Amino acid sequence: MPSTLPDGDPAPPDGSLPASALASLGDRALGFYVHVPFCASRCGYCDFNTYTARELGGGASQLSYVDTAIAEVRLAAHVLGPDAPPLETVFFGGGTPTLLPSEHLAAILGEVRDRLGFASDAEITTEANPESVTARSLHRLRQAGFTRISLGMQSAREHVLGVLDRRHTPGRAAAAVAEARAAGFEHINLDLIYGTPGETAEDWQASLDAAIEANPDHVSAYALIVEDGTALARRVARGEIPAPDDDVLADYYEQADVALAQAGYLWYEVANWSAGRSARSRHNELYWTGADWWGIGPGAHSHVGGVRWWNVKHPAAYAGLVEAGRSPAHAREVLGPQARRTEQIMLGLRLRDGLSVSLLSAAGRRAAEEAVGYGLLSRVEHLGGRAVLTLRGRLLADAVVRSLLD
Amino acid sequence: MSVTTTGHTDPTMIRNFCIIAHIDHGKSTLADRMLEITGVVEGRNMRAQYLDRMDIERERGITIKSQNVRLPWTGENGGSYVLNMIDTPGHVDFTYEVSRSLAACEGAVLLVDSAQGIEAQTLANLYLALENDLQVIPVLNKIDLPAAQPERYAEEIAHVLGCEPDDILRVSGKTGQGVRELLHRVVRDIPAPVGDPTAPSRAMIFDSVYDIYRGVITYIRVFDGRISARERIRMMSTLGTHELLEIGVISPEPVPVETLGVGEVGYLITGVKDVRQSRVGDTITNERQPASTPLGGYRDPRPMVYSGLYPIDGSEYPLLRDALDRLQLNDAALDYEPETSTALGFGFRCGFLGLLHLEIVRERLEREFDLSLISTAPNVVYRVELDDGGERVVTNPTDWPTGKIGTVYEPVVSAMLIAPSEYTGTIMELCQSRRGSLKGMDYLSEARVELRYTLPLGEIIFDFFDALKSRTRGYASLDYEEAGEAPSDLVKVDILLQGEAVDAFSAIVHRDKAYSYGVAMTAKLRELIPRQQFEVPIQAAIGSRVIARETIRAIRKDVLAKCYGGDITRKRKLLEKQKEGKRRMKMVGRVEVPQEAFVAALSTSDNPNRK
Ligand SMILES: Nc1nc2c(ncn2[C@@H]2O[C@H](COP(=O)(O)OP(=O)(O)O)[C@@H](O)[C@H]2O)c(=O)[nH]1
Ligand SMILES: C[S@@+](CC[C@H](N)C(=O)[O-])C[C@H]1O[C@@H](n2cnc3c(N)ncnc32)[C@H](O)[C@@H]1O
Ligand code: SF4
Ligand SMILES: [Mg+2]
Repeated sequence: MPSTLPDGDPAPPDGSLPASALASLGDRALGFYVHVPFCASRCGYCDFNTYTARELGGGASQLSYVDTAIAEVRLAAHVLGPDAPPLETVFFGGGTPTLLPSEHLAAILGEVRDRLGFASDAEITTEANPESVTARSLHRLRQAGFTRISLGMQSAREHVLGVLDRRHTPGRAAAAVAEARAAGFEHINLDLIYGTPGETAEDWQASLDAAIEANPDHVSAYALIVEDGTALARRVARGEIPAPDDDVLADYYEQADVALAQAGYLWYEVANWSAGRSARSRHNELYWTGADWWGIGPGAHSHVGGVRWWNVKHPAAYAGLVEAGRSPAHAREVLGPQARRTEQIMLGLRLRDGLSVSLLSAAGRRAAEEAVGYGLLSRVEHLGGRAVLTLRGRLLADAVVRSLLD
Repeated sequence: MSVTTTGHTDPTMIRNFCIIAHIDHGKSTLADRMLEITGVVEGRNMRAQYLDRMDIERERGITIKSQNVRLPWTGENGGSYVLNMIDTPGHVDFTYEVSRSLAACEGAVLLVDSAQGIEAQTLANLYLALENDLQVIPVLNKIDLPAAQPERYAEEIAHVLGCEPDDILRVSGKTGQGVRELLHRVVRDIPAPVGDPTAPSRAMIFDSVYDIYRGVITYIRVFDGRISARERIRMMSTLGTHELLEIGVISPEPVPVETLGVGEVGYLITGVKDVRQSRVGDTITNERQPASTPLGGYRDPRPMVYSGLYPIDGSEYPLLRDALDRLQLNDAALDYEPETSTALGFGFRCGFLGLLHLEIVRERLEREFDLSLISTAPNVVYRVELDDGGERVVTNPTDWPTGKIGTVYEPVVSAMLIAPSEYTGTIMELCQSRRGSLKGMDYLSEARVELRYTLPLGEIIFDFFDALKSRTRGYASLDYEEAGEAPSDLVKVDILLQGEAVDAFSAIVHRDKAYSYGVAMTAKLRELIPRQQFEVPIQAAIGSRVIARETIRAIRKDVLAKCYGGDITRKRKLLEKQKEGKRRMKMVGRVEVPQEAFVAALSTSDNPNRK
């Protein structure tokens, strides 16, 4: 079951933005997000805004999605206006974008290019499920202009993939990486999940080894979260399988950090490691640094100049609004200085680059000093005026954020 | 209304009586029938338990504050009698008030449920009545019940009272059957009051109730002389003097009269706003012609059980103070003073007559004043003799002396337990485990036994009643009364978080139980306190000697390590909620303890008021 959207203020039906938000366009990088809310089946742990064909009453809505999406691309171009800078990044996420025919993805991307323009070195990513791509489809995607691919590998162990309800076989993700490389993708990411019930430290090591062996330039490793309302949550509640244990998750995180570092992947965000600075996900960095992006599609989130908004969740409701020429926004919020600062600290502290201590209040600075004493923030970086998490601090990042916000 | 409300009544035509019974044996229902049969309340105005006026009483079906009523009654000989019925509180916490109510009477109706037989409170009240030289009329109630066994229980009563089973009246408070005979019996068997009408006036206060409109309403029984409207009176123990604004009788609403003479029962109003200025047990006399000696039996109310009351929301402290001030107007036994706890903040140390009293006060504070409270585990009053010859009275574990301690005394009670005889062994085991010593044992009949124990009060206020009920499947009844103090090997057990004592968890326990208390409390806290960024040792200690230890391991992971995409708003709102939660944490040293952990650690599973 998809999770619920935040509450917010009403969003204007024409999608317009306050002049103040538009005025600063160009001060920051601008990105674009395309949500594709379809999956072949729903994984038991997943609460993303995605739907199976059966849930939507057949495959028709998937096939007509390209037109709806293109309509919102046009709305975005209209609202952002001619002065918007060219896009630094584009990201197709899901759901499973690669469940749509490659031509549809190419058509949407083409519309984005035509309407908004790309910076010369733009990063164009799509997420993909390993079993949803082939050497040929990858080739077509590369031809369409995608430069980066993010594959949901999750694990290399059959029994773990089984508990996660994944459809691919253990070897498929690595094979897809090879195919993507052959197709000419510049950047390749693998998503991993650790702490799945039944996963041992050896299982996890095997997954890490397999991911490293496949040689992507980026790895995301996520702790399994039992989200409310999911099939996984129900199985845990029924006592069928145990909930992931926080201490085990901490062990596995440390295990991942060691293995990845040894293989040359360095963390640059608490859940993300890359082979060098150039392999970082520039699109995700937009999210974390308060830059601007427009997100299209059901449930997609956007941010432009201190205004955040999010679209209605259901594909049918979304299509209804867009086809009627109206903004699909469900609600929005205009960030005040307090909320901006909170976000800056909350997001910035999770990064390897950290945040400047000067952003903190006097109490926050005292808390930062204490956190250095407890070994949660790096002493060396602190001397240089930056708050940067240590390995132990990364595992307690939320607690450190709360204390720095005092 | 046929009651004579002017002048006073010839004492020979007065009968003062009360009804004594175990809880639920039907006292209030019987009182209702008497109101109806004597015509004081018309049937259509009748509501069940007419005299139980406080909401709390009506809801729980128990009588907390006594009410009395004057009933006109034509005797078998045609004489016009005045029957003053005094409804006494039934619970052991209010034994003193019961004894004062009894002292206002010449006789008592001893009411026994004919489906239950004699219970502990039946006997406790009976003994009090006999101590006060009351004429006792035994009555079997609820004879309409199919499960009634009047023959069987008549034998029991006859055995206890030394009377004939046939002399015992059988009534139903529900149907009214036998109630007229009972009223005739009251006239016949209970002696008329005697007193000296010409002597300086003496009247005893047997109840004192605060009314928001009229101030304190004081219930009295005149023993000598007469009390007249508008005279000045003196309270012989507290020495206060007051102008009478009104005197009257209750029938069952207040009706003003000019005088109250020997043997009469009525109320008076002086404009006083605080029941502590008009104390139960005190003697009232005329200010200008005062009596020289008071009627005996006055005693200051003495708290037996103490507990700290704290507002869950610290900003409600001033509201709590006002609420206690207001409650005290109606509760002379309620005692409180401000205290601070490092764990719970600002609150009050409160003294109560017993656990029911504590529960009632707490519930009234929450219900009538809309407060949310935490109460610390109740404790009794200890007397500690110090090695240097000094002495300290401890009403709060935190005041336990730290230096060399000589003998420690704790209050003990003599308890009476009645149960089917197959539970004798079980009850003995329980009392043994609570440091009781058997004082005697009697068979009420072949099937039922009465056990008498001396027990430390401190053992009874801690889940004793629940343990008794569950081990005897609800068949045992318990009553007890203070029985002085006894030396005991008591120690203070402190609970330390990261080496810092948490005052709210300190307890005085017997040395033999210190270990199990320490183990239980540290284990409980380990479950309740969330993991912190560092390891937190929880220790139980006697002085500097650690007797139990648990460790809350340091939390290692507190981070959302998931892909959350562009939904920054949700993440920020989650963070704001966590920050809000953090604000509600209490700090013990560096340890953040959620308020709920204190509440949960301090609550015991038992509910002491179910008696
Ligand atoms: N069947 C029956 N029930 C009764 C009788 N008298 C009281 N009760 C019930 O017994 C319960 C306790 O009565 P109550 O008058 O409140 O007892 P108290 O606690 O002694 O004042 C109530 O449910 C009454 O309705 C009676 O004579 N017959
Ligand atoms: C947008 S999602 C899905 C992308 C793609 N459909 C897939 O599953 O491969 C991106 C990643 O989030 C991670 N993820 C999803 N649900 C999760 C959960 N409940 N706990 C931890 N990670 C989760 C998975 O690693 C997933 O690959
Ligand atoms: S395939 Fe990806 S988006 Fe779809 S249900 Fe599974 S985890 Fe969620
Ligand atoms: Mg009653």
